[in-house]
Amino acid sequence: MSGLGAPKTYKLYVGGAFIRSESGRVAPVAGPDGTVAARVCEASRKDLRDAVTAARTAQPGWAAATPYLRGQILYRVAEMLDGRQEQFIDELEAGGMQTDDAAAEVEAAVDAWIWWAGWTDKLAQVLGAVNPVAGPFLNVSTPEPTGVVGVVAPADRPLAGLAELLAPVLCGGNTAVVLASELSPFAPLTFGEVLATSDLPAGAANLLVGSTKDLAPWLADHHDVDALEISGVTDEASARDLLVRSAHNLKRVARTDGARTPRTAGEFLEIKTVWHPARL
Amino acid sequence: MIPAIAGTSAVPLDSIRTRPVDGHALEARAVELGTRSIKGPAQAAARDLIIGCMDLTTLEGADTPGRVRGLCGRARHPDPQDPTCPPVAAVCVYPSLVGVAADATSGSTVRVASVAGAFPSGQSDLATRLHDIRGAVADGADEIDIVIDRGAFLSGRYGECYDGIVAAKEACGPAHLKTILEVGELGGYDAVRRASMLAMAAGSDVIKTSTGKIGVSATPGNALCMAEAIRDFGDQTGRAVGLKLAGGIRTAKQATHHLVIVNEVLGPRWLHPDRFRFGASGLLNDVIIQRRFHATGRYARPSDLPVD
Amino acid sequence: MSDLEPSEIEPSELEPSAGLSAAAATFSAYAPAPESRSIVSIRDRYGLWIDGESTDAEGGATFASIEPATGDVIARIADASAADVDRAVLAARTAYETTWRDLSPSARGRHLFRIARLIQERAREFAVLESIDGGKPIRESRDVDVPLAAAHFFHHAGWADKLDWAFGGGESPRPLGVAAQIIPWNFPLLMASWKIAPALACGNTVVLKPAETTSLTALLLTEILTEADLPPGVVNIVTGGAATGAALATHRGVDKVAFTGSTEVGRTIRRATAMTGARLTLELGGKSAHVVFDDAPIDQAVEGVVRGIWFNQGHVCCAGSRLLLQESIAEEFLEKLRRRMELLRVGDPLDNNTDIGAVNSEEQLARIRELCAVGVAEGAELVQSGCELPDRGWFFPPSLFTGVDTSSRIAVEEIFGPVLVSMTFRTPEEAIAKANATPYGLAAGVWTANGARILWMAQRLRAGVVWANTYNQFDPTSPFGGMRESGFGREGGRHGLEAYLQFGPPRGGPPRGGPVPGGPLPGSGDRRALR
Repeated sequence: MSGLGAPKTYKLYVGGAFIRSESGRVAPVAGPDGTVAARVCEASRKDLRDAVTAARTAQPGWAAATPYLRGQILYRVAEMLDGRQEQFIDELEAGGMQTDDAAAEVEAAVDAWIWWAGWTDKLAQVLGAVNPVAGPFLNVSTPEPTGVVGVVAPADRPLAGLAELLAPVLCGGNTAVVLASELSPFAPLTFGEVLATSDLPAGAANLLVGSTKDLAPWLADHHDVDALEISGVTDEASARDLLVRSAHNLKRVARTDGARTPRTAGEFLEIKTVWHPARL
Repeated sequence: MIPAIAGTSAVPLDSIRTRPVDGHALEARAVELGTRSIKGPAQAAARDLIIGCMDLTTLEGADTPGRVRGLCGRARHPDPQDPTCPPVAAVCVYPSLVGVAADATSGSTVRVASVAGAFPSGQSDLATRLHDIRGAVADGADEIDIVIDRGAFLSGRYGECYDGIVAAKEACGPAHLKTILEVGELGGYDAVRRASMLAMAAGSDVIKTSTGKIGVSATPGNALCMAEAIRDFGDQTGRAVGLKLAGGIRTAKQATHHLVIVNEVLGPRWLHPDRFRFGASGLLNDVIIQRRFHATGRYARPSDLPVD
Repeated sequence: MSDLEPSEIEPSELEPSAGLSAAAATFSAYAPAPESRSIVSIRDRYGLWIDGESTDAEGGATFASIEPATGDVIARIADASAADVDRAVLAARTAYETTWRDLSPSARGRHLFRIARLIQERAREFAVLESIDGGKPIRESRDVDVPLAAAHFFHHAGWADKLDWAFGGGESPRPLGVAAQIIPWNFPLLMASWKIAPALACGNTVVLKPAETTSLTALLLTEILTEADLPPGVVNIVTGGAATGAALATHRGVDKVAFTGSTEVGRTIRRATAMTGARLTLELGGKSAHVVFDDAPIDQAVEGVVRGIWFNQGHVCCAGSRLLLQESIAEEFLEKLRRRMELLRVGDPLDNNTDIGAVNSEEQLARIRELCAVGVAEGAELVQSGCELPDRGWFFPPSLFTGVDTSSRIAVEEIFGPVLVSMTFRTPEEAIAKANATPYGLAAGVWTANGARILWMAQRLRAGVVWANTYNQFDPTSPFGGMRESGFGREGGRHGLEAYLQFGPPRGGPPRGGPVPGGPLPGSGDRRALR
């Protein structure tokens, strides 16, 4: 063959489908050697709006799945990612990572998905409680998902950083709209293919790439987003701005940095306490 | 045994005991019944039962005499390639087309059922509904399918709901009365059971799940709930009431699941068109495809089958 | 169903009704629907599995494994001697100290995730083998045993690297060492997973003895363990009978003994392990009460009672074997129950429509028959379903005793078969008194539409598991275990992990291998180790 390949344009992953931006904008992204590495669709605020709708639609069904099933699906994400290590190392390199770092990044991402897959059927035991109230009642506190979470993923750890934030959000039954790394967008958007082939319901996770600085405020303003994960926001002024915007509908805002503790998932869970009399 | 009110098949409403239903356990049992493996002669028997117990239905605004005549032809000879295929039990049409259907089915065993009484909403005054019923019977309907007054039921006016059915049964004269509960609107299995008992107490010959106009409603859970109610009513009064499942049953596999439910809750005596019906249209073709496969070893092409 | 008055139209007026009546009769009989045996290949001989390899027992000793549905010998299984048990414990100890204890917790978890997946991959094979070997219906092994076994490994895989959060601050959970595990014949693969998964997740290694009559699925599991790259010696299987079990339970080289079986053998193990330093958990017998109130959803309660006693031929430690009916609905309930019994299909475990399979052994069948005879002699009324039993193999029909009083032997002793005894009560207080009048305390069931009454009953029932408006529900996250003579310890969930862990900083003490009379107990020094 002549060596003429068929390079794809990287599309956004919204509502379980791979879409071009409604704005039609496609950005060429330079590779490490300065030439055009690929073209990436640039998300607009309307794409973000559609993603929120998709996440909201998917949320009740995802939350109603058994914790066991959610765990199975997150583990499958790990399995599917694990099977495509070579490809993702390439995608990360195209985004500027050294080979060794890329391999470690993929390994860390797989590890994060496995870690959180094992939490789905344990969060209620660790974060919930039976409360010994001073009366003849059964009083039970259980964690419930808060709903739709907007995630600003780190620019510099495009795959593992994304995993460490997205997995705990999904783990508890939430759905997500993710603003992924615009500096290294190839791996995150290809990761949409992993999600699409892992039995994760359409819309449960939506991956967008665009100008994070411009899109994050729209996410913070959107009333149908229940919480924000801002670990990927590095400058204080932007973080403050997002917090102020989130005050309109009192979003829960967290910066967990993907810490390996059930409380990371707990940031996006509401504790519901139920009382029931226990006497005749 | 609670005796019927003289001259009717109704019993007093407050003489019938209804019981709560646990939804999880009910649905688990319904699913379990679907794990019965129906093979070989049992499967062949199932196909014949599904066809023989079917009310082939057309209830569209666009129905015409031509459409109904075609349906009746299909009802009499479901599979043109196989004369041994049994005819369906009945056709089900709107009152304005009962005459056409009666004509087109005469000389066969296929009966004519008609919806009547402000179908599907039931939202019309009683006199109008009864008039509708009498007209259909006069035109030749053997069976009348009415809807319960969900407005009355859901606002707690059970007596009114009951009286409407008693009056409908009287208006039917010699025709059989099927009472549609519209299970999808009742809000849970407790209500389905209570509505079933009420409809039977009022003298219905058959209770039916749905109008088929609001999506899937003849789920295995609803079928099981109503079958248990029929059994309980029979234990209390000695009267056997039939069951009709309509709404969302499209495949032979689904229909076979329902046959298992009826068989194990009510017994083989209920696997008969005088006590059990499927209200369906697309189901017939799926069964014919299965039938042809088992006769010839090949799957038929759906577009080769007769158009209903 | 008894014949009710026909509706107005006589069937004979409808043609072709004769054909349809015949079809109804044919349909309702359900044709045979056998599951194929071809997916399993049963070897003639099986060895022990020690240090990752199959090995003969001392002297080549074997015993016969019999298929309960036919009485045929299906394989010869190695019969482990005390010396073989020694070898296995040594292999487990070596694997613990050189490989498993210091493997990263997440690596342990990954092995367990792979095991879970591989069980799912070979699910049908496991299910067929379980039904052949043990006698339970294929529908149950396929829909209950095997999926739950996979789920158990999946759940515990996730705990392996999360133990720090399971118990709150400062507890520093660590493994115990080598766990000796002895399991019964009623849920062979499932019991193996209930034992192996938590033990491994917590960092222990295992020597497991399957029940003598049901070794095959545990031995098939060894293929999975190998494929999952589990290091040799982490799990060892010693097949054999009571002598093998005794040798294993009393072995001085084990840190933990977990036994599921009869209360009688549980007592023996308790006595034999006194002061050996090994931690002990026991999951023993039961005579669980199944209470039905007058406001219960009666049709579903009937199904719940059926599931409670006739699931798995009644070979269930937590079987709802004592029915307590509120007197006002007793007759109605019993009538429905008798009618329902007639629908239970007893027969070939490999037929997809079989509800009740074979009794696991000739010995167990004799015991069931003996206790039923006792019940009749005591004056209770026996109703048995009229189903035809196969002429080969060990089968017993679903049975119901009424007119039983609380002092009858059949109301007190565990039958461990498809036999339900039933009594009445008037008030909730009386229901509690009768339900608790037993030395056992494994499970109980309550049927009522009243939520407060459910909770009131649950608080007073002396049972480790209370099922309200359901029965025989199992989940890897839900702790299971009994009170009083049904044993101690819990399996499943966060609480089930405790049995395989020690807590707190390590203290000094003698090396493993023996008790120190008068000295500190080996192990953590945790008071819970006072066993």
